[in-house]
Amino acid sequence: MAKNTLSSRFRKVDIDEFDENKFVDEQEEAAELQGPDGAEPTHLIHQGDMMTAFHVALRNPPVNTKNAVVKERAQAIVLRVLTSFRSSEIETAVRSLDRNGVDLLMKYIYRGFEKPTENSSVILLQWHEKAFAVGGLGSIVRVLTARKTV
Amino acid sequence: MAYHSFLLEPISCHAWNKDRTQIALCPNNHEVHIYQKERSGWMKIHVLKEHNGQVTGIDWAPESNRIVTCGTDRNAYVWTLKGSMWKPTLVILRINRAARCVKWSPRENKFAVGSGSRLISICYFEQDNDWWVCKHIKKPIRSTVLSLDWHPNNVLLASGSCDFKCRIFSAYIKELEDKPAPTPWGSKMPFGEVMFESSGAGGWIHDVSFSASGNRVAWASHDSTVAIAEGGKTPVVASLYLETLPLLCLTFITENSLVAAGHDCYPALFVYDAERSTITFGGKLDVPKQSAQRGMTARERFQNLDKKATADNKEAVLESLHKNSISQILVLEGDKAKCTKFCTTGMDGGMAVWDVKVSSQSVMSLPCLLTLIFCIMA
Repeated sequence: MAKNTLSSRFRKVDIDEFDENKFVDEQEEAAELQGPDGAEPTHLIHQGDMMTAFHVALRNPPVNTKNAVVKERAQAIVLRVLTSFRSSEIETAVRSLDRNGVDLLMKYIYRGFEKPTENSSVILLQWHEKAFAVGGLGSIVRVLTARKTV
Repeated sequence: MAYHSFLLEPISCHAWNKDRTQIALCPNNHEVHIYQKERSGWMKIHVLKEHNGQVTGIDWAPESNRIVTCGTDRNAYVWTLKGSMWKPTLVILRINRAARCVKWSPRENKFAVGSGSRLISICYFEQDNDWWVCKHIKKPIRSTVLSLDWHPNNVLLASGSCDFKCRIFSAYIKELEDKPAPTPWGSKMPFGEVMFESSGAGGWIHDVSFSASGNRVAWASHDSTVAIAEGGKTPVVASLYLETLPLLCLTFITENSLVAAGHDCYPALFVYDAERSTITFGGKLDVPKQSAQRGMTARERFQNLDKKATADNKEAVLESLHKNSISQILVLEGDKAKCTKFCTTGMDGGMAVWDVKVSSQSVMSLPCLLTLIFCIMA
């Protein structure tokens, strides 16, 4: 009967880390978009111009950067714009987006679901329903399979 | 009926013989079953037992009548019909992970196997040694190869893999064939050369297909997109973002259109416009709705409102012919240039044969517009 008298520390080694052919996701050298400018959407919300605030907030999504701070900031701005919309206006806003815009909106919505606050889930669910009507299951699949998260 | 339910389990893969009277399929286990078409259905005539793992790919060479199978046991077998029995010949693939897909080349003198070992094995028969030998295409594949398709020139091979890229390789074996003529994908084709690589911005590539001429290649990706690349100095790529679940299989049925199916359980048509470099969704091809809408009582309405927050009477029943995802699609009649029948198999253990009726209307100023009408064969 073979008895393991040596240490079993080898069992804790992650051999995939040492694999020479390990798949490392190549990050494209695309421009690092810094997310929307914070002041502008807030200003536009106060003015009451929701549509422009909406489009501004969805500009320059921080998809190429790994900087968590930038992503948090962008998420906060977009969330603020989304929550200040009236329920009746959501549909027109979604319709004004093109295919890529709807996918991007879905990404932000799911990002918003991750950290629910007092009222955010309700409004996000309404946005989700309208965006789903336009983008379909495909847009949700693209949120799940996207390697460049917003 | 053009839909036949073979099993209760998924059909892992299938292949047809030359005159479409026999079908070889894997019933989600280690065997391959061959069914013969009888007047009143299908009869199982052969059971091929040699694999030690699930059979993941079957291809039946129409001219030489040989079947090649590959499985998760890292082996491939070439089966030849001797009398009334199929006899296997082992092919050593030299891979250390499961084989995932296999395809005979158009001239049937070699076949390609995609595997989880991140490489493609090109196997050909060496007369001197009376043995199947294989050569590997490794670089720059970074993950499992899920699908393969040969170019009609018997040299170029398209592969879709889990590293999110579709690539066209040269599988030129100098012992077997002469130097191929130049193609839109390039003119120098040494073995293993990458003639085209897609941008890799999507999901896993589930299926690839060359068009009949070989000048176009289409692939279906897991992020619910379908894309077509047209060969040339700089290949032009057109893609379509779908609103449905991801597609698992696709094939060209004319030079400009392809049929694809996947997790939504119905085949869909896509039309490619070369001038504008766009792909458009051509329609859902499936059984028309037959269920009658029965009226709802007020009680049911309130119950639905309470349970599901909606007063709809939509039942959770799939109305498509296939009751589960469609995993493979093959051209049955015609070829990829002018397909008249194609066949789908899926995870519901069923096989459906679909008719394609092509009616072309040529409008004076525009190029030929093909409208395809699909119906189930009666």
